[in-house]
Amino acid sequence: MNAKQRDRVATVVIDLIVAAVVGILLFLLVYILSAGLPHVSWQFLTGASDPMSGAGGIGVQLFNSFYLLVLTMLISLPISLGAGIYLAEYAKDNWRTSLIRSAIEVLSSLPSVVVGLFGFLLFVVKFKMGFSVISGAIALTFFNLPLLTRNIEESLSAVSRSQREAGLSLGLSKWKTEIGIILPVALPGIVTGVVLSAGRVFGEAAALIYTAGQSAPVTNFSDWNPMDPASPLNPLRPAETLAVHIWKINTEGMASNAAQLSAAASAILILAVLLFNLGARLLGNFLYRRVTASK
Amino acid sequence: MEQTNLQLNKPDSQTNEWDARLHHATRATREDWVGRGISYLCIGAIILVVASMLWFITSKGIATFTQNHVSVLKFLTGTNWAPDTGHIGAAPMIVGSFAVTFAAAIVATPFAIGTAIFMTEISPNRGRKLLQPVIELLVGIPSVVYGFIGLAVVVPFMRHLVGGSGFGIISATFVLFVMVLPTITSMTVDSLRAVPRYYKEASLALGATRWQTISRVILRSATSGILTAVIFGMARAFGEALAVQMVIGNAAVMPKNLISAASTLTSQLTSGIGDTIDGTLPNNALWSLALILLLMSLFFNALVRFIAKRGQLKHER
Repeated sequence: MNAKQRDRVATVVIDLIVAAVVGILLFLLVYILSAGLPHVSWQFLTGASDPMSGAGGIGVQLFNSFYLLVLTMLISLPISLGAGIYLAEYAKDNWRTSLIRSAIEVLSSLPSVVVGLFGFLLFVVKFKMGFSVISGAIALTFFNLPLLTRNIEESLSAVSRSQREAGLSLGLSKWKTEIGIILPVALPGIVTGVVLSAGRVFGEAAALIYTAGQSAPVTNFSDWNPMDPASPLNPLRPAETLAVHIWKINTEGMASNAAQLSAAASAILILAVLLFNLGARLLGNFLYRRVTASK
Repeated sequence: MEQTNLQLNKPDSQTNEWDARLHHATRATREDWVGRGISYLCIGAIILVVASMLWFITSKGIATFTQNHVSVLKFLTGTNWAPDTGHIGAAPMIVGSFAVTFAAAIVATPFAIGTAIFMTEISPNRGRKLLQPVIELLVGIPSVVYGFIGLAVVVPFMRHLVGGSGFGIISATFVLFVMVLPTITSMTVDSLRAVPRYYKEASLALGATRWQTISRVILRSATSGILTAVIFGMARAFGEALAVQMVIGNAAVMPKNLISAASTLTSQLTSGIGDTIDGTLPNNALWSLALILLLMSLFFNALVRFIAKRGQLKHER
């Protein structure tokens, strides 16, 4: 076989590999949506599930997933914004900064089950907060912080130096320059990163099994007082999310129609993640056009 | 100050005001102090989280050896895992974890490199428009969904193909292969893009075919980047919990073959930690498994750094 033939063979092999990868994704999407969507109904989306078998609707779980997502973002966004600004603006190029960077890298590479176990140990066992929304939200924050911080730092650092110089030469403080000038310019990148990380948080389960718990007590959706034990907003109640629910009915559930249930729940989860992905792109592009006034 | 006063010939009160302005922090400076404080606080919080995570899991994980006086060697090499009767040999889980990790990396790497070559060298346009979203979607699919598909498709398929229960290392490998594929691919793409353009041009100008250029110039100069990508993929596979736990069968025995039920560190942790009582040997043993996970994650991290440093040196020379 001469070089030209070998070149042709290699190209064919690579084409086949690419076709296989695309095929795998198509199969996954088509399988989940075709197996799941026929079982999705309004009743399924809003109904309560049976606490023993896990059969029934996913209304409470769906609410829990969104509630945890909002709480997680409320905690992690300010912290990672501050940390991102530190790394992009104040951090000097010395051993301390490189230590901080390695710490963030370590946190981002820790398996999510380890993060969940730490949350379990600290909040559920030591602080006696029990399996609760707030324990889950803090565990998810730990899991979310490094990625969000890195994303914010990258977006801020990508803004050109002249913008910083312009701010400083007007007599603004470094902080004011960062908040008032750099942050708005970097916003499209930050928003894209935030929405993408929201998709990850939405689908995360391993960190939540032992922090937010595996039960979804039926809550009273007409009671919006966060202090009330029956209120859906109460941060101290256990909150099984949609992803944890899928895991639970597949491993421990005794529902006779577990396969259909989890297919339908997976379809909803996939659709939510797809929407987050699409939303990230659209929102990022929209903000980019608004900020840069380009078409 | 006196001199300026004379020169400018200003009344005393005004000098005092200037004096105050010159000798006290301006609003901008004060603002900067506050901002600096806020950002230091935030980064401090993250460092605190990392430090306490390492501290708590380490102190919990070594309790098996310090309080229950189990020898470390026995723990790592023992093959009998029955914590209720005092037998805690973690070898079945350690072997299981390494087996699925290596198997998934070996299967996924050729696919990842092929896809990355297609995206960077063969058809960059289609790569960006078609494959980039494919990779992003594969990353976005939650691990429980992978686990469910493994349970609904891969396990029955394996049962049909080779018999047995269908649960086992091979099913876990299949699921992990798809999960680490996007990680390895996107990082390989980055390292292929970082290869200087003139390397490729020089090779093509010498009359090399595209494949010769790819295999002998581009892949070779991107080796350290590709290695890093594979290690990142392995780190993800090693730490993945739920998807693996759903398809591996969760039997804490030494895996005899690829198609019998086995378990990994993560699967044992997820199925076990809720059933044990804090402070007892079964519980401590599980925390020791978590400690192994933590140490392996640190090891993968260090390995990536080591390779990155060596790669850098080579380029500088």
